[in-house]
Amino acid sequence: MDLDVVPQEGNATLGGHCKLMYARDAGGRLVGVPSRGWEAEEIVTSHAVDVLLARAEAARERAARGLASPLEYWMHQRRMDVALLSQTSGLWQWRVRRHLRPGRFARLSPALLARYAQALGLEVAQLKGLP
Amino acid sequence: MNFQHQHAAHCESGVIANLLRHHGVPMSESLAFGLAGALSFAYLPFVKVSGLPLIAYRMPPKAIIKGMIGPLQARFRFETFSAPAAGERRLDELLGQGRLVGVQTSVFWLPYFPPDMRFHFNAHNLLVYGREGQDYLVSDPVFETPMRCPAPDLSRARFARGMLAPKGLLYYPESVGRKEITPEALRHAIRKAAGRMLAPLPIVGVRGMRTLAGRLARLPRDDAGSLDFVGHMVRMQEEIGTGGAGFRFVYAAFLQEAAQIAAMPQLMPLSDRLTAIGDDWRRLALAAARMVKGRDALDPPALARLLRAQADAEESFFRDLRAAVA
Repeated sequence: MDLDVVPQEGNATLGGHCKLMYARDAGGRLVGVPSRGWEAEEIVTSHAVDVLLARAEAARERAARGLASPLEYWMHQRRMDVALLSQTSGLWQWRVRRHLRPGRFARLSPALLARYAQALGLEVAQLKGLP
Repeated sequence: MNFQHQHAAHCESGVIANLLRHHGVPMSESLAFGLAGALSFAYLPFVKVSGLPLIAYRMPPKAIIKGMIGPLQARFRFETFSAPAAGERRLDELLGQGRLVGVQTSVFWLPYFPPDMRFHFNAHNLLVYGREGQDYLVSDPVFETPMRCPAPDLSRARFARGMLAPKGLLYYPESVGRKEITPEALRHAIRKAAGRMLAPLPIVGVRGMRTLAGRLARLPRDDAGSLDFVGHMVRMQEEIGTGGAGFRFVYAAFLQEAAQIAAMPQLMPLSDRLTAIGDDWRRLALAAARMVKGRDALDPPALARLLRAQADAEESFFRDLRAAVA
């Protein structure tokens, strides 16, 4: 890639930051140059983020209708899945999956709630509700 | 501390170059990347990243840091911790001794990252060069300028769990035996990278690309999962740690430096060839991104053809590169 074609398309997912790219200057030497982003990257990153947001939104609706526990929403909101939440909280996956059910979640001990809140970086009160 | 932050394309090579420069070694990001032989390709369908296979365009985390040990006769100290409190105490202690400390973190818990870039990726690297009250002074090489990070957030990021969990890893050089890079070390590093790219294994190097192309060609056209797979492939290529094309450009820059240091002018045209291959990786990424966006119809066999062409181009490139340093 030559210096003058280094993309400067203001990729929104970079949040105003630049990433460094290596490109050829007029003399053919490769030098580092800040890039404000490239459309192709923006498309695939937003696609991945949208998939995560949709998952969280679906969980929020299900939780609001009493079909899922708030834990399921917060898990997705934190961009986690059952496997990662299990590793982060130190609880077995089958237990995490069980706590995604509203009935089970409502009966959770304060200690377990605190453990989930810690794993998700939340306050216990936040974890018990929905935004 | 009198520390010079320098922007880099990739976190690990950037961290190690900034760290070694601080210790008086004239090290650039690309030189560190090449010297460690970090260029690679691996398609690991049995390792899942949020449910999709791992596609890597470089060696696994820590390979670049460890790749400096031989050529520089350096000794590094790596420390991990079982408790976050101990990890934070040790970091403060080292900073108190005036040391520049490398740490491995998750990206998700770093508040200065743009929200759209905060995924649960645990093999990020950054340098800590001081502490002011509750804030650590952080040199994150993928940002243009130094950052600040509140202590509880950095602690969280250092002790995130999951795949490649950092376990609070921190590292710093204890001694650097040699400050100049020998031609022999460069030849050795180039042979190592070329050998790996041509390895007779179906999941690494050019053969790994062909395996991935085969997988890609079999994706159903009218399935949302196929789009996710294609998007994931481009993200692994371009976004996660610089990416496929980015690494090719870094390595091409390394070849130019190696040509000069080791007086091997035959590497110059090879650098140009690799730059052209990198451009084609970007063309592939753009074609795939347009399909993800719905501007073009999803056509997995066409993407597979482009990927096979990349494999062919890299195969002949690395054969010639190996011959050039034989």
